[in-house]
Amino acid sequence: MYESPKFLPAGDQALVVELGDVISPECNRRVNQLLSAMEAGPIRGVVDIVPTYRSLMIQYDPMLASFGELRSAVSEAMPKLKDGKAGASRIVEIPALYGGEYAPDLDFVAEQAGLSVDEAVRLHSSVDYLVYMMGFTPGFPYLGGLPDRLATPRLTTPRTVIPAGSVGIAESQTGVYPLDSPGGWQLIGRTPLKLFDVDREPPSLISAGDRVRFVPIAGEEEYRRIADAVSRGEYNTAPSERK
Amino acid sequence: MSRPVLQILHPGIFTTVQDRGRYGFQRYGVPVSGAMDQFALRAANLLAGNGQGAACLEMTVIGPTARLLSDATVAITGADLTPTVDGRPLPRWEPAALGAGSVLSFPEMRDGVRCYLSISGGIDVPEVLGSRSTYVKADLGGLEGRALLEGDVISAFDDAGPVREAPTGFEAPSYGRRHNLRVVMGPQDDAFDDDAVAALLESEYTVSLDSDRVGYRLEGPRISHRTRPDIISDGTPAGAIQVPGDGSPTVLLADRGATGGYTKIATVISTDVDRLGQALPGQTVAFEALDVEDAHRAMRGTEALISAFAGLPPPSVSVDGEPFDVLDLEGRIVAGRLPWTAGARSTRRLARATIGGRTYEFEVSSEGGPGGTIA
Repeated sequence: MYESPKFLPAGDQALVVELGDVISPECNRRVNQLLSAMEAGPIRGVVDIVPTYRSLMIQYDPMLASFGELRSAVSEAMPKLKDGKAGASRIVEIPALYGGEYAPDLDFVAEQAGLSVDEAVRLHSSVDYLVYMMGFTPGFPYLGGLPDRLATPRLTTPRTVIPAGSVGIAESQTGVYPLDSPGGWQLIGRTPLKLFDVDREPPSLISAGDRVRFVPIAGEEEYRRIADAVSRGEYNTAPSERK
Repeated sequence: MSRPVLQILHPGIFTTVQDRGRYGFQRYGVPVSGAMDQFALRAANLLAGNGQGAACLEMTVIGPTARLLSDATVAITGADLTPTVDGRPLPRWEPAALGAGSVLSFPEMRDGVRCYLSISGGIDVPEVLGSRSTYVKADLGGLEGRALLEGDVISAFDDAGPVREAPTGFEAPSYGRRHNLRVVMGPQDDAFDDDAVAALLESEYTVSLDSDRVGYRLEGPRISHRTRPDIISDGTPAGAIQVPGDGSPTVLLADRGATGGYTKIATVISTDVDRLGQALPGQTVAFEALDVEDAHRAMRGTEALISAFAGLPPPSVSVDGEPFDVLDLEGRIVAGRLPWTAGARSTRRLARATIGGRTYEFEVSSEGGPGGTIA
């Protein structure tokens, strides 16, 4: 993390506030703290804020605010950010069926890791992944914390269609495809949850700063049961033991 | 209330519903979208008596053929796609009252690429996440999240304001084949050496066939990195010129991903992003750098023109009847002209500011001649 933030112009209607040049939970927490502070006391002229791994892009209306005013506002907010632990981050449980037709690459991923399929599934679902940022496509979480052992290169030839809900691994990242899209990730399972739904408020199931935990689904029957509950709007993603 | 206005007989090459874009959801990975030429969209709306952010049709290269299902006032701006009504030429950049049953078409591209059709009242499609803009890759917004198809019916809201004429002296833009784009360097210009910056600013680039609403890929001299071509992914403004490892720049536009992981050497200013949206593959672009303050000055020019379309006087300030400069806290000129003569001493004056049609009067004191302060 930098001593003080860098302010980078991004055209005439945006600036980037860069807090560091690392992917780390500490730097990312700072990003989310700054986002909260800027939204708690809205700054005139701010059109949108895009939080990412280690920076925020602030889009503004130059008729209402200047680069200098925004730089001052951010500089004043920085020292007031609370140090140490932010409020306990929300945990989102993602049920996933590992295996069968939903997981064409699971055997390969396990073999690469020198694990049995069961061990690979247990390892993937044993971690609370930090959501560093959202992006690439609506509702897609960039997750950190994949156990090194499970890191697997992308497919040499990407698939033309990956169904929504697919859980995949690419290099040291793991993630879930929110929408049908082409892609080269190794697919190890699928969730019946809708990660992105415009009729929900907010539309994305997951937000930056959350933690995501994958929970293995026992079989096709349970997958259907959850899918039905999701379509009725009755599925709760909060971990059961925490309420 | 709304009413059916247009029945699409032929959809054209790629026609979508767009407005000013979808803000507030980039943090969930949702692209902004919206009109590729925001000025043309805003002007079309104002001419048709709408608020400047109403939804319009954005047509590309060849527009739709459509039958009017009810009387409606429309305005056509942006590219010259040779609009006709019942075979007769229809003037652009002015409102036109059309009768039910007449047939609109846009058969041939003469200048520019993207043409905007506003309908008095504004197009009625559901607002999705605060916008009516279409983002086809996620089936979001617009008419069922897609480009128009034969048989579609477009409705417009009933409540429209009075139509407006273009301001006196306005000349419809001529887009041509060469596009000079002003850029603000950064956010990652430090990832490039002087040769790379020179390549960008001193060469001509050609718009490649690989260009659409997501971005325009450019062909020309390679822009080589001083550092690695990847960054830790961050936000992507419209106009950002991203340069991946192969050294060929892409200008990111309306449907760009909300975040990206390539270095961005410079960012095209908003006024000229509109202009790039009118460029066709094979045409030439060239870049010129300016600082943020000058970019804001350019933007104020565009906003003053929009104010004129809206029938509002441009922002102006006078002191004792003389035009007068207003500086903001950054020392930038907001409006007017410096009232001081060399050697002027501290004076107190009456200032009159007219902004957005309202006039404010206040007393100002100035000290120390040009470059002095205003309180």
